[in-house]
Amino acid sequence: MIKGLFVKKKKYATIPTGKVKQDVPEGIMSKCPECKHIMVTKELKKNLLVCQGCQYHYSMSSQERIASLIDEGTFTEYDADMISKNPLDFPDYLEKLESDRKKTKINEAVVTGEGKINGLDVTLAVMDSRFRMGSMGSVVGEKITRAIEKAIENKNPFIIFTASGGARMQEGVLSLMQMAKTSVALKKLSDKGLLFISIMTHPTTGGVSASFASVGDYNFAEPKALIGFAGRRIIEQTIRQELPDDFQTAEFLLKHGQLDGVIHRSDMKKTLGTLLKIHSEGRR
Amino acid sequence: MAAELEFERPIHELEKKIAELKSFMEEKDIDLTDEIQRLEEKLSRLENSTYSEMKPWDRVQIARHAERPTTLDYISYLFTDFIELHGDRLFGDDEAIVGGVAFYKNLPVTVIGHQRGKDTKENLRRNFGMPHPEGYRKALRLMKQAEKFNRPIICFIDTKGAYPGKAAEERGQSEAIARNLVEMAGLTVPVICIVIGEGGSGGALALGVGNYVHMLENSTYSVISPEGAAAILWKDASLAKKAAESMRITAPDLKELGIIDEIIEEVKGGAHKDPKRQAEEIDSVLESSLNNLLSMSQDELIEQRYEKYKKIGQFGFVNDSIVVK
Repeated sequence: MIKGLFVKKKKYATIPTGKVKQDVPEGIMSKCPECKHIMVTKELKKNLLVCQGCQYHYSMSSQERIASLIDEGTFTEYDADMISKNPLDFPDYLEKLESDRKKTKINEAVVTGEGKINGLDVTLAVMDSRFRMGSMGSVVGEKITRAIEKAIENKNPFIIFTASGGARMQEGVLSLMQMAKTSVALKKLSDKGLLFISIMTHPTTGGVSASFASVGDYNFAEPKALIGFAGRRIIEQTIRQELPDDFQTAEFLLKHGQLDGVIHRSDMKKTLGTLLKIHSEGRR
Repeated sequence: MAAELEFERPIHELEKKIAELKSFMEEKDIDLTDEIQRLEEKLSRLENSTYSEMKPWDRVQIARHAERPTTLDYISYLFTDFIELHGDRLFGDDEAIVGGVAFYKNLPVTVIGHQRGKDTKENLRRNFGMPHPEGYRKALRLMKQAEKFNRPIICFIDTKGAYPGKAAEERGQSEAIARNLVEMAGLTVPVICIVIGEGGSGGALALGVGNYVHMLENSTYSVISPEGAAAILWKDASLAKKAAESMRITAPDLKELGIIDEIIEEVKGGAHKDPKRQAEEIDSVLESSLNNLLSMSQDELIEQRYEKYKKIGQFGFVNDSIVVK
């Protein structure tokens, strides 16, 4: 079933999946950066970009993520044409945005929209770490807020896949305030009794970790994902001691009671589908 | 005087000169009145020009001044019968955040704020005003209590940021901050936030989702410290001054960006020059803010907060030259 999603790209009107081929490992064979296992690239993609040797989860583009989760042909994107301004007149910011737009074929670091998972309606936001490290500026905050408002309007569950280095420096305190903006929207969603599931993928740090990523009714993460508030180097400098290797990994957070679970990518759609089913049966 | 601020040096030099002349006049019994008067006029002009054209970096220096009034200072001036309440009921008591109940002109309120120390000993106890998760959870506990008993909440913001430590991460620094943002959004009582010193990133925002957010004239509010920004942007923390200018972190900047409501004027040279008078400035803004909010219903308070944050941000569209605000 999943196989088909990557091949039949034509059905996706709003998200061009054609680019997937250029982005993920070039050539016929791919070498895992973790265990050096060599795989046929086609097989790697079929395996949802998870190494067959060591189960290393490659980063997924937003387009690939959506294709791996949403029932074929059911995705409608929101606000695809929203783009960042340069509110602080930061040198080179607009050029960097333009170059990331060309590289990723998306206009900002989050893709939002609605679709179905196993036949059940969801509103979805997927962050994309290839675009400015998934950092959150005004557009990311606005798109997520609008998506939450659409979820409220349609009485849909809201699911977010986070991947972000945190706040976007170039938009200064405006980016900090997006943490508050998305939070007031999430509060409204929650007060309506609607479901919010957060799945943290590599990396989820800083302002994104300290806002919507951490306040799902369910908080999950992909294996080995880096998740934390402060940067490892800053912490090491502050406390003057070395941190354990697994510090700020999904498994570390699970051990410290910060996550409901760590979910392998191959189980992601199934788990989300089951949760959505549990909630749809219980819907008031 | 603990620390002389760089941009104030010419003023201090002139003050010293005047003092010298005065003592000289007394000692030697020579009339230097004219000369002294001339210098005093010059001093007054210099003060006016220095304090009316403050650069972002000057304000950063004032915001960080060791003697700048803290949350507990303002509590003592603005409120009566303050009773401090401790602990998050989960792990411990974080002294980098203080909170409690008090009267504000006969009105019962809850007051919460970051608390830094004024000397090394107190700073160690208060972790330099940089909270751990239990600090934010204590704050939230007190906010929920305020909501239960229908008391307005006043938050003073004054932190370099949430503490970047191993234990803080283990206990869920991210979740603690995020939870406060979400829960503050839904509080059914008036919430007024006042930045009194440094408003450092998520650690500041975790006490900062209010119906009104005001800033003292020389306080700062930023996504990252100027030093941190310089380190990331130009790989050189010594360019902090430049970063302070380009990051737009001062009260006038935030007012212009549509993030804060009012700038609270500071006494000449900064709040530390006269804390009591500074408290009076805060008092008048606090009183009018509270009066506005006390007439609003619970739903209106939540809706006002929603609209306030919803409109923050600047963006456009691909085929659109018009900026949507």
